[in-house]
Amino acid sequence: MSTTPRSSKDANEDSTGLQLVPDRLPVAVEESVLEAERRNWTPAKIALWAGISLVGAVSWVMLAVVRGETVNAAWFVFAAVATYLIAYRFYSRFIEKHLLRPDDRRATPAEYKADGKDYAVTDRRVLFGHHFAAIAGAGPLVGPVLAAQMGYLPGTIWIIVGVILAGAVQDYLILFFSMRRGGRSLGQMARDELGVIGGTAALVATLVIMVIIVAILALVVVNALAESPWGVFSVSMTIPIALLMGVYLRFFRPGKVTEVSIIGFVLLIAAIIGGGMIAGTEWGSAFFLLDKVTIAWGIIIYGFIAAILPVWLLLAPRDYLSTFMKIGTILMLAVAIVIVRPEINVPAVSEFAAAGGPVVSGSLFPFLFVTIACGALSGFHALIASGTTPKLVQKERQTRFIGYGGMLMESFVAIMALVAALSIDRGIYFAMNSPVALTGGTVEGAVAFVNSLGLTGVNLTPDMLTQTAKNVGEESIVSRTGGAPTLSVGLAHIMQQVAGGTGMMAFWYHFAIMFEALFILTAVDAGTRVARFMMQDSLGNFFPKFKDTSWRVGAWLATAVMVGAWGAVLLMGVTDPLGGINTLFPLFGIANQLLAAIALAVSMAIIAKRGNFRYLWIVALPLSFAAVVTIYASFLKIFSTVPNVGYFAQNKAFSDALAAGETSFGAAPTVQAMEAVVRNTMVQGLLSILFVTLAIIVIATAIVATWKAYRSGSSTTDEDPAVQSRIFGPAAFVPTAAEKELEVQWDAQAAELKAALPPRAARSGR
Amino acid sequence: MRDVLAAVRTGARGIAWFVRGVLGEDAYDKYVAHHAATHGGAEAGTCGIGEPVMTERQFWRDQTDRQQKNPQNRCC
Repeated sequence: MSTTPRSSKDANEDSTGLQLVPDRLPVAVEESVLEAERRNWTPAKIALWAGISLVGAVSWVMLAVVRGETVNAAWFVFAAVATYLIAYRFYSRFIEKHLLRPDDRRATPAEYKADGKDYAVTDRRVLFGHHFAAIAGAGPLVGPVLAAQMGYLPGTIWIIVGVILAGAVQDYLILFFSMRRGGRSLGQMARDELGVIGGTAALVATLVIMVIIVAILALVVVNALAESPWGVFSVSMTIPIALLMGVYLRFFRPGKVTEVSIIGFVLLIAAIIGGGMIAGTEWGSAFFLLDKVTIAWGIIIYGFIAAILPVWLLLAPRDYLSTFMKIGTILMLAVAIVIVRPEINVPAVSEFAAAGGPVVSGSLFPFLFVTIACGALSGFHALIASGTTPKLVQKERQTRFIGYGGMLMESFVAIMALVAALSIDRGIYFAMNSPVALTGGTVEGAVAFVNSLGLTGVNLTPDMLTQTAKNVGEESIVSRTGGAPTLSVGLAHIMQQVAGGTGMMAFWYHFAIMFEALFILTAVDAGTRVARFMMQDSLGNFFPKFKDTSWRVGAWLATAVMVGAWGAVLLMGVTDPLGGINTLFPLFGIANQLLAAIALAVSMAIIAKRGNFRYLWIVALPLSFAAVVTIYASFLKIFSTVPNVGYFAQNKAFSDALAAGETSFGAAPTVQAMEAVVRNTMVQGLLSILFVTLAIIVIATAIVATWKAYRSGSSTTDEDPAVQSRIFGPAAFVPTAAEKELEVQWDAQAAELKAALPPRAARSGR
Repeated sequence: MRDVLAAVRTGARGIAWFVRGVLGEDAYDKYVAHHAATHGGAEAGTCGIGEPVMTERQFWRDQTDRQQKNPQNRCC
């Protein structure tokens, strides 16, 4: 194990050729000074960390050990925040110190490739917000809701422990490695590290996974909007609102982003209120009452048009609106949960943990870990962490705050979604989340089904369902699967206690539906575009004309293929007699975790090539967990003989029934429905096989690369060459004393330079 | 009282700066600053070395054109 000394204690320059003081001021606080600061355990600091540990420990005891009749939501918040703080301070620091060893004397791509546009030094706090807005969407809001079936404890532990040891580690590593490579993408890094076979498998897997993720996100929106005139109206209004914003920014006030976002936000609220009025009229409820298949087609057509329209007209303004709503709503929910502190009367580990239930099929292991992907470990983040963010980082050491810290923040969103879902009555929860196949879609059917489950403390009455539906302004809340409606009921339930009372529940419900739909439609739009470019790039290897992305015909063709692919999966889910969400959602989680396994495998190969085997376990641990979970879950989905779990077992059961000449079987009342089940399970089964094969190829090539590096014993790297940095910035949100001191000197120097410049250039400071 | 007002003003300015940054509204300012630093701080339209500074309108058009050619993913 040889590591080069990182700090320059005596000399200004060491073997790397990088200098601490290239010009007048040091570009970093010396490592020895920082270390001394860290080791200086003042009584106040000891008391602070002892306090945090104590709060965390007490909260975990309240959640995991005491388990009274009810548990207060505040304990979830405290347990999560205290654990995040400890993990950030100690574990992410450990990774920084032993595994990544950032060097602030080294310039980041934002500095040495600066073009003032794509590569631009960005304040760490702003970039944190930026990165968070790009990684967090509807995923962390949906998975935890479905996993609430298993009780509150399994989901809570997985979200918090998973993010610390897996999710945040992945985001941090990929961000750092991509930054060291000039902002290279995950696909390019996979090719560099794993060779042609591993790289190609990673690329194909990424493309297929993106299609699946877009399809299932769209399915969540369809389920939330079906039979809901109010929702359909207000969500459709986001399109003209975005178009208006786009035109405004293009022709009237270019660059006035905050202003146009506020205008958009006001219009959005007006659309929600207007939706309530329109749904109340006869013609409105008739015109906007659409069934699932119609809405699915609407989203498919929208997806195609949105992906070929110019970015400035729809995508960019929608993105501003979505970012604005995201940060605002999440802050609002956090404050509301702390104020309301709802009591939760769901058991810690429910009756359905062992063998699955009506919401998620299959046992806790492995299906908890694929149901909650976003919020604990999300492979999709690797695409963001190797996209825009590494091109904007100011200093190397800030990647810890942005990468690791950003993911902790998303995990916190997942905890809040879990709390919101847990805070509603359990009977209502199961009535909303069990598929039509089980409830019959009627209030009576749902009541009979839920009460037949024999859950302790659950006594659902028809009145509870009709009253809740009335409160949130919907026709019915029975079998509104997909997670979004449940979360919205939970959020409405919490928010009405802060503002407006029961009278406002309908507003808050549709506000929540709207913001989830907004995130998802942004992801659908962006995902289709990115997938189209990947597709054109691959096709370009065979038909060079496709490489020209401004070639209209090629662009439209590739877009049509991508939309067709996710549209087909979406329609399959929408028309699935077995329910759609419960059959397809595992595929979403598996896909996302497989992408995580790919990202972690690439990271492992990089670390091995750097020659750092002693701390390889930091990435090997989450990689093996993700690999075991997803490969095991895929194998169950492929080979299980239990029809509810295995796609092919289900397929066989229905084909056998068809062969025996039966005209109805299980949840399928007609021969047509039975044939649909046979078709769907076959497609889902084949997709599982494809995923798991690709993932095994990538992981195997990564292990080979790691082994080769170990055998050769030499350390190689394909990082970009080190360039001297000439700027300074503190590492974390709050600067340390030494960093602050140096920052003051830099600010003074900047002010001095500014005074010497002509006014025009001096205007744009900060 | 004056101190409180000043603190509120600083806080509000901080929030406005953060929101502007996160939404990306400061992109043009950053571009101009970069241009000034690398091309010798000339007035808009004129520049000794390299290309002239884009006007605000040109810059935002250029930015969406770049996004068009290199779309960024949004996560789930």
